[in-house]
Amino acid sequence: MLNNLTKPHEYPGKLFVVEGIDGSGKTTQLGLLAKWLSAAGQRVFVTEWNSSALVKAATKTGKKKNALTPMTFSLLHATDFADRLLYKIIPPLKAGMIVLADRYTYTAFARDATRGVDRQWVRELYSFAVQPDMTLYFRVPIEVSLDRLMARRVKLKFYEAGMDLGWSGNPVESFRLFQGKVLDEYDRIVDEFGLEVVNAVGSITEQQRLVRSLISRLVHTTEVEIPDDEPL
Amino acid sequence: MTSPSEPTVGDVEGANGGIQPGRYYGRGIPYLPIDGYPGKLIAIEGTDGVGRSTQIQLLREWLEVKGYGVVETGWTRSPLMQPTIEVAKSSNTLNKLTFVLLYATDFADRLEKEIIPALKAGFVVLSDRYIFTALARAGARGVDRAWLRSVYSFAIAPHLVFYLNVDVKTLIRRVLEARGMDFWESGMDLKTGDDIYESFRTYQSKLLKEYASMADEFHFRKLDARRPIDRIQDELRRQVEAFLEPAEKPAEPALVSRT
Repeated sequence: MLNNLTKPHEYPGKLFVVEGIDGSGKTTQLGLLAKWLSAAGQRVFVTEWNSSALVKAATKTGKKKNALTPMTFSLLHATDFADRLLYKIIPPLKAGMIVLADRYTYTAFARDATRGVDRQWVRELYSFAVQPDMTLYFRVPIEVSLDRLMARRVKLKFYEAGMDLGWSGNPVESFRLFQGKVLDEYDRIVDEFGLEVVNAVGSITEQQRLVRSLISRLVHTTEVEIPDDEPL
Repeated sequence: MTSPSEPTVGDVEGANGGIQPGRYYGRGIPYLPIDGYPGKLIAIEGTDGVGRSTQIQLLREWLEVKGYGVVETGWTRSPLMQPTIEVAKSSNTLNKLTFVLLYATDFADRLEKEIIPALKAGFVVLSDRYIFTALARAGARGVDRAWLRSVYSFAIAPHLVFYLNVDVKTLIRRVLEARGMDFWESGMDLKTGDDIYESFRTYQSKLLKEYASMADEFHFRKLDARRPIDRIQDELRRQVEAFLEPAEKPAEPALVSRT
């Protein structure tokens, strides 16, 4: 069995991951982290979950016809991830760059298990993945994330709200039920894979300060000091 | 990640007592319990050009005459993935891992939407190729075997697996006779050289070796594909009959028997 995900990689670069449900603020934090690292003279590459061209077509067809089952949903995302890992993530790591991933395998572990896919199977499915140097999990209560999404007038996405499971015909209620279970899965994952938990309820600046102090343990950022109160 | 406590597909360690026909190989699909489904799953395996589809056609006819409901399924025929796989193949962007995962996705779709419903409804499902095709192709490309078996551990172990065995020389002639060699069947993605004939021969030999190595692990019933079509068919029918008859009485005595 491959065990890449559970042993440190040997590339000169660094892989940092942010995880959390929609509305946890992880993408905002990742953006600020990227700014800081770039300003410090680091070469940074940002990659998002579910963004490779290869399976976009299939995901779209599947969604349109509402035809994805939990298993095909899981395998499609693994395909997408494999493509992105080999073409987008590993090359910059080999080149000694910093790769920032907005969601990683843990997103799949949490969502797929919630959809009823076997937990151990998903973990083995992704055992080809590179182990991140650090994963920051932005933990947020479901109501806070929903408030944030509603404030931005975000239309809840079909699969993101777990509408495919038919637990509720109401998108908000479905999101609450589905992401509530996703949060439980994340809690397991935190212990299993040693994720760093960031309390995502605090202010953006406060969170970013913690993020930077955690990351600075692993990256030498001599050119720019961590400011106490960086205007954001 | 903890080590798996249940068997995955087959068993690379060698003790393959874990395979139970008609059940999931490994952990399976938790939200789709299949225990007690009356249908039967029969897989016909073999490389290109061994005459699988001809045999399946004949077998289907015979089964239907005997009163069995038959559903056919193939490899890469799911509406969900077909366009994607075609695109990926034509642009040669498939790498080893995405190759495996795309086909696994396709198979999962077919398993859930065709095979499992048919088994539930009591059909005899004839599968033109099965997961062994994927395991052989990926194995020939050097993909980790334990990982492959784990990925496919959601598959259902067929009640019968027939393997149409052939030597590479016969295989080459048959493929050339039928339609010529194509990029993927020739393993050109493995970049063993520009000579498509040599590449085909090398790749198909590797595939045959992979199949041979799976024969015991997955309880293949080997048939010599070089024999005449009707001889192979007779053998197939004899074995299928021996399996089906004790399990289930045909709808009525056969009125016409094909000889």
